Amino acid sequence: MTTAISKAPAAAAAPRESAAPRRRSTNRRSTPLTIAMLAVLAYFLLPLLWLVIASTKSSQDLFDSFGLWFSHSPQPWTNVRATLTQDHGVFLRWLLNTVLYAGVSAVGAALLAAAGGYGFAKYRFRFGGAAFNLVLGAVMVPTTALAIPTYLLFAQVGLVNTPWAVILPSLVNPFGLYLMRIFAQDAVPDSLIEAGRIDGAGEARIFFRIALRLLAPGLVTVLLFTLVSTWNNYLLPLIMLNDPRLYPVTVGLASWSAQAQNGGSGASSNMLALVMTGSLLSIIPLVVAFVLLQRYWQSGLATGAVKQ
Amino acid sequence: MTTLPAPAAPAGRRSARSRQSAAGPLFVAPFMLLFVLLFLAPLGYAAYLSLFQHKLIGGTSFVGLDNYTKALQDPQFLHGVLRVVLFFLIQVPVMLLLALLFALALDSGLLRLAKVVRLGIFVPYAVPSIVATLMWGYLYGPDFGPFAQFSRHFQLPQPHFLSSSWMLGSLANIVTWEFVGYNMIILYAALRTIPGDLYEAASVDGAGAWRTAWSIKLPALRPALTMCLLFSIIGSFQLFNEPKLLQAIAPSVIDSGYTATLYGYSLAFTGQQVNYAATVSFLLGLVIVIVSYTFLLTANRRRTP
Repeated sequence: MTTAISKAPAAAAAPRESAAPRRRSTNRRSTPLTIAMLAVLAYFLLPLLWLVIASTKSSQDLFDSFGLWFSHSPQPWTNVRATLTQDHGVFLRWLLNTVLYAGVSAVGAALLAAAGGYGFAKYRFRFGGAAFNLVLGAVMVPTTALAIPTYLLFAQVGLVNTPWAVILPSLVNPFGLYLMRIFAQDAVPDSLIEAGRIDGAGEARIFFRIALRLLAPGLVTVLLFTLVSTWNNYLLPLIMLNDPRLYPVTVGLASWSAQAQNGGSGASSNMLALVMTGSLLSIIPLVVAFVLLQRYWQSGLATGAVKQ
Repeated sequence: MTTLPAPAAPAGRRSARSRQSAAGPLFVAPFMLLFVLLFLAPLGYAAYLSLFQHKLIGGTSFVGLDNYTKALQDPQFLHGVLRVVLFFLIQVPVMLLLALLFALALDSGLLRLAKVVRLGIFVPYAVPSIVATLMWGYLYGPDFGPFAQFSRHFQLPQPHFLSSSWMLGSLANIVTWEFVGYNMIILYAALRTIPGDLYEAASVDGAGAWRTAWSIKLPALRPALTMCLLFSIIGSFQLFNEPKLLQAIAPSVIDSGYTATLYGYSLAFTGQQVNYAATVSFLLGLVIVIVSYTFLLTANRRRTP
């Protein structure tokens, strides 16, 4: 499934991958180590398996049947239908909101970081060093410490309870800029930029036509990680949004879970089954994206980790 | 003539250079503009707000650093900070050690199904922390969590994952589950860039697998480990999502000041103490920057003796 897609960037992504088989061909696989790592794997995957199984059960069955096996009357489609139609289909709206917020934020943040990183890496200008150091220092400022002040500021200018309240703060990714600067330094050779200039191309044209293509792997990494952090964000939308119709799926699920608690955690309430199924539905897109885009994020992470 | 453009066009060269020097700031401008508006401005606004106090009688008045002296003597805030420090000291070493072991196992080439293992350990990173916490919350729970079901079935004493003495450990488990894979991938990616001839030299010298790991791999992992640790510091000090959600299940254990971020949130949205909430946020940010910066300084100093 993944091989077809990951073939193309593979060569560029992992420089040592081709040299690796030589070291590994010694054919000395260790069975004890494999068994130990499979046990480790169970720790990471069993909770997800539990979630998959739980999402096929009615609220009553959740209480009455063993968690790690199916009940006598699995009802996955009933649960999915109930989840998608509850409160006039609000769950689908939450998912679409999440896709919108995360998508716009990720594309915007990646492009801003790419242009900025390229600018810092390839041009010398007054205050450039100081500005970059300021951004670098900002990597250490936690987003949650920033969330409440941002809310207070947005409340002053009337931005709260709009999609922009969630998207705008996610557009600024200091670590992304840092990553793109490192990446641009090597990925875009000066000689290529110079050649573009001699051919009479403007600086913007050189960036969009030549540099951006070379920056693609780094761009995808920043895109993917902004996507994940916005997709997973809870505090920011929680404080920014009042209207349930604007909620992303994280805030929506948490509100359903609170309803399931308050409506007596008893089995009579149907909410519990909806929370389970909704949780499962909300994680499928990201898991699939990560599996399909393996090569990209793995090579991109290496950039940040190796060159500092 | 074509090979020597330098003496031919000094004027054209200068205009090209000035065009270039204008292009640099233009590339950087969009990011920097948003950075100022959405990063520096909220920080500045929080700093400004933290200097005022709002009272029902008398309205808003300038109080200087009073909010800061109040926060530094506020047992709830201090407990919140101490708790995340404790959390950091327990959880981060465990998580990074596991990530390191898994990365070394993957890189050793001794593993069958290495690709499956690598992806499987990473998958929880793609699960939103809200979903992870909901899920673990139910798994921990006394009603239909498998642990409780298991112990009921065999008439064993029930585990109390959500009691006050277990809670921090239960939270640590959730965060570890979420982030081991992410750190493992960073470390693994760094291991993959070690040049092969280093291993050859080591094996010529008769070094075994452990010796190679200790003398070649660990030193090479330094920058990657530094980065993982830095992100872990920042991540654990702002612990919010997990305790906020478990609060609904265990309200008597997780109070409004359980972690520092939770305290700031409660102040702003339950207590309506906007100025004090801004103070707490600002202080927490400051604490994290100081801790991270100190860490980076010591890490860098050790690298260049």
